[in-house]
This record gives sequence, structure tokens and C-alpha cells, in this order.
Amino acid sequence: MVAREPNLDLHRVVRRRIGKSRVDRIFDGFNYTFLALVLVGVAYPLLYIVSASLSAPEATIGGQVWLLPVKPTLRAYEAIFEYRKVWIGYGNSLFYASVGTAINIVLTVMAAYPLSRPDFRARHLYMALLVFTMLFNGGIIPNYLLVRDLGILNTRWAMLLPQGLLVWNVIITRTYYQTTISSGLLEAARIDGCSDLRFVWSIVVPLSGAITAVNALFYAVFHWNTFFDAFIYLNKEELYPLQIFLRAILIINTIEADLMDPKELEALEGMRDLLQFALIIVASLPVLIAYPFVQKYFVRGVMIGSLKG
Amino acid sequence: MRPGAESLAAPRVRRSLLRDASVNWQLHLLLLLPLLYLLIFKYVPMWGAQIAFRDFFAVQGIVGSPWVGMANFDRFFESPQFWTVLRNTLGLSAYQIAASFPIPVILALALNNVEHRRFKKTVQLTTYAPHFISTVVMAGMIMRFLALHTGVVNNALEAVGLGRISFMSSPELFQSVYVISGIWQNAGWGTIIYLAALAGVDPQLHEAAIVDGATKLQRTRHIDVPGILPVAIILLILETGRIMQVGFEKAFLLQTPLNLTTSEVIQTYVYKIGLASPVPDYSFATAIGLFNSVINLALILVVNWLARRLSDTSLW
Repeated sequence: MVAREPNLDLHRVVRRRIGKSRVDRIFDGFNYTFLALVLVGVAYPLLYIVSASLSAPEATIGGQVWLLPVKPTLRAYEAIFEYRKVWIGYGNSLFYASVGTAINIVLTVMAAYPLSRPDFRARHLYMALLVFTMLFNGGIIPNYLLVRDLGILNTRWAMLLPQGLLVWNVIITRTYYQTTISSGLLEAARIDGCSDLRFVWSIVVPLSGAITAVNALFYAVFHWNTFFDAFIYLNKEELYPLQIFLRAILIINTIEADLMDPKELEALEGMRDLLQFALIIVASLPVLIAYPFVQKYFVRGVMIGSLKG
Repeated sequence: MRPGAESLAAPRVRRSLLRDASVNWQLHLLLLLPLLYLLIFKYVPMWGAQIAFRDFFAVQGIVGSPWVGMANFDRFFESPQFWTVLRNTLGLSAYQIAASFPIPVILALALNNVEHRRFKKTVQLTTYAPHFISTVVMAGMIMRFLALHTGVVNNALEAVGLGRISFMSSPELFQSVYVISGIWQNAGWGTIIYLAALAGVDPQLHEAAIVDGATKLQRTRHIDVPGILPVAIILLILETGRIMQVGFEKAFLLQTPLNLTTSEVIQTYVYKIGLASPVPDYSFATAIGLFNSVINLALILVVNWLARRLSDTSLW
């Protein structure tokens, strides 16, 4: 009796295993099919844009492009290369993204480190001040009036200062410090006579390259993609970031004469649709090139943010 | 706590706060610049929002303009636009949350059941990518794809004999265009947080369930779903907190004169009255914006309270 029990159990387990594997095979079949459909659904529009931008204009407009380029040509890209405004926008966006990100990172570290120190009693108050700005804001008009009263309307500062830091990034940075900078490190540094400021500069910043990378990437993409600040704060073409020109071309559908000769313009009118596809690619290029490399850092950033802290 | 304990504790707290200021002055110093930023660019506009209760004249400044009480709010509530923009804002948000909230959960559960690592990585890399497309480019893409005569979607509809649909000038289609394109752009990215939560599920639970003969579907339902429920609730609260700030940029960029009856949300309306109009009415626009912010704050507080009552999971 006693000896047979395990055998019976084993038998039952094996039988269930066999039954389970059949049900699970069906489950897996559905699961893989579902995900394959999702994959195609997400990838198709991306592939279509690439193909359309490389196809002859008449093929795209005539609806002959479905998946691969038809009568491949680089004319759309050549036309963009000639289009001066795109390069003004590109240069400005690069400027706003790099300087803006530098400001963001400095302010984020300065805010996040004190908030990560458990022995810093005032941190709850400061944290509350920070988080409240996520829940409530003055609104578009008071922000606009502030920027105007500060005298930075229509200057590059209007693109840099109002977005000095993002609260979400301060919180994930703080959580990162809390979990990676051990209290022993601080004690050891203190015994050696290290001040808090020195500790941040010489220990915390060098030890937290990962979170700095996450922040840099996040902020840079944020600046590159931001549209509305420029739209309400800037009124000079030479200051416009790329997104403003993109809106004019992609959405309002205007290609201005600019410095092109009439013949060129005529050709351009004909390939407006094509130009738009190529422009989508060119505008997303910096992010697209960086994407495969930075993707895992972003994921890490989101995961740090999801830790409860 | 025994009586008297409080009075004993109070001076100690005060003393230690003072000590904190002297011992940790460098930490306060570090926070100086970030706090200055918050003060100027976040709290000054909150203070400036008082022009909602005034009749703002630029020459008199914010404090110099005369008080008018609730007049600007009354004007908004009585205007024919009020119900339209409120309904559009709430409708679009509710539609968006209902349609797009469950999808990352389902995707994450599906991905979590994939053993083939290469396939899993490919799906992840591809579905994350649209998240990085800017709103302007996204709106441009939507208009290209849905263009009446040249768009690939309409070409396909024509090819299968359904006929062309003018998506961008149909008020009844605006919300679907907005929500579905949003799902395409963000559903993949939304899985990250759930995949992180799923990675934290104790593998012993799965092992025990396998020994007991549970199928994959049963394990997903009874182990994985409860495992990510707290995260889902937190995200739902956060989503609700954004209900009134429904992707303003995207709504604005997708607006055409013909779809305005459904695409005009509170924030785009504020912009039009306050900044785009030839005679900008700052006070009226601020009042509408403030109404929006207050409703928003109230919503997040209520949802958070509900979540805490019903599930032990809440933001605070």
C-alpha cells in the first residue's frame, strides 16, 4: 500500500503532463499567431513609409505601392536635401536637444540626490512640492504670460528653461540612487572627510552612468519631438525646431518657394506626397539610428520607475 | 500612544529639523536650483491662474486687474461650446482608456508565454519603435495613410470594393482614428512595465501549478494576472489622472475644419480663445484651463481613493 502511493502519483502526473501538452500546444498556436499578427500590424506602416519614400511619385499616388518600392528612386531625398528650411530646423532641433538635455541632467541630479537620502528630513516636503506639479498646473495661458513677462518669448531660452526638468525622471533617478548607492559608501566617504557636494560629484555621478544614460536619452528624444512650446513661444523662422517645419509640410501641406527656382518648385509640387514620406524618415532618423542601441536603456528606465519607492 | 508622548516628541522633532538644516545644508543647497525652477515655472503659473477670477489687462498686470469673481466661469458654463468641448474631452479620454488600457496587458501576457527568445525580441523591438515617433510625424502619417485619393488605407478599401472613406473630415470617425493610431503607437511600449511585473512573479508558483497539472492558460489566468493586477491598477489611476489632458497636441494636429464638432477638446479650445484669437481673452481662456485642471485633480483623488478602498493598491 505505502509503496504504491508514489507510483500512483507519478502516473497521474505523467498522464496530466500528456493531456496538458496538447492543450498547451493549442494555446501556443493561438499565442504565436496572435503575436505574429501584432508584429505585422505594427511593422507594416513603418515598412510602407520606407517603400513609399523610395518609390516613383506616380506609383505611390497611383496606389501601386503595397509593400516594396516601385520603380525605386532617391529623388525625394534629393529634394529634401535642397530644401533649406529642413536644415534650419534640423540645426535648431539639435541645439535644443543637446543644450536642453544638458540642463535637464544637471537639474535632475541636483534634485534627485538629496531626495534619495533617508537621513534628509526635509525630503518629504520637497518631494511633495515636486509631485504636486504632476497633479496640478496653472494652464497654458499663465505659462505663456510668464514666459512673456520673463522676456524670453521669441528667444532660444523659451525652448530650454520652461522644460528644465521632468518630475518623472527625478523620481526614477532618486529610486536608482536609493537602490544602488549604499549607505556604507556614504559613511566611508564621510570618515575620510568627504562633504555631501563632493560625494555627489566624485562618487554618485561616476557610479550612476546607467541612469544618466537613461535620462539623457529620454530628455533628448523629448526635446527632439516637442512641438507645442515652439508653436506658442516662437515666432521667428530662424529659431524654429524641425517639428514646426514638419507640421507646415506634413499637415498644413505647404511647401514654400524658399530659395528654389520655379522649375524646381514645379517638380516639387508634383512629388509633394513623396516628399512627405521621405521627410517622415529624415525627421525620425536620429531617433531611428539610436533606437536599437538605446532601447534597452529606456526599458531599464521604465523598470526602475516601476519599482515602488 | 500614551498621553504625554506627543508633547515629549514635539520639541525633539523641532530640534532635529533645526539640526537637519545645519548638518544637511549642502543637500538644501543642491536642491536650490531645481526648487527655483519649480517655483518659477510651475508655481508662478499656478499663482498666475488667478487671472481666471479677474478681468486681465496687460497694462495693469496680474495683481492690478480688477476682480470679477466667477464671471469668466459663468460665461464658459453658459456658452454653447461648453457641453461640446466637455463631452469631446471626456468622450475621447474614456474611449481611449477603455480601448487602449487592456491591450498592453494582453500583449504582455502573450509575450510572457513565448519560449522562442528570438521571436519574442523581434516582437518587442518592433512594437516599441512607434513610441519614439513625434506627435507631428504621427499626425502627418495618419493623414498620409488615410488620404482620400492617395492614402494606402483608402486604396485598400477601394481594392476590396468597400469604397473610399474621407476619414479626416468625418466627425464621427475622429475619435476612432485618434484612439486606434494611439494604440498602434503606444501599446508595445506599454507592455514593458507589465513584463517587469511578470518577471517578478515567483517561479515556484508556476512549478507547483505545473506539477498539479495546470495548463498554460490556467497558469496565466490564476498566477500571472493576479501578479500584475497591482501594477495595472496604479497605471489605471495614472491614466485617469490624465483624462482631462487628453493628448492635446495630437488632437490639435488632427483637427480639420470639418471634424471640429468632435475634435475640439477643452485644451485646444483654450488655445484658440487665449492665444490664436486676434483679440486674445486671457482671463476667459485661463478660467477654462483652470476648470480643466481642477476637474483633473478631483478625478485623480477620487480614483485613488476608490482604488485604496477596493483593492489596497493606491498611489498614496
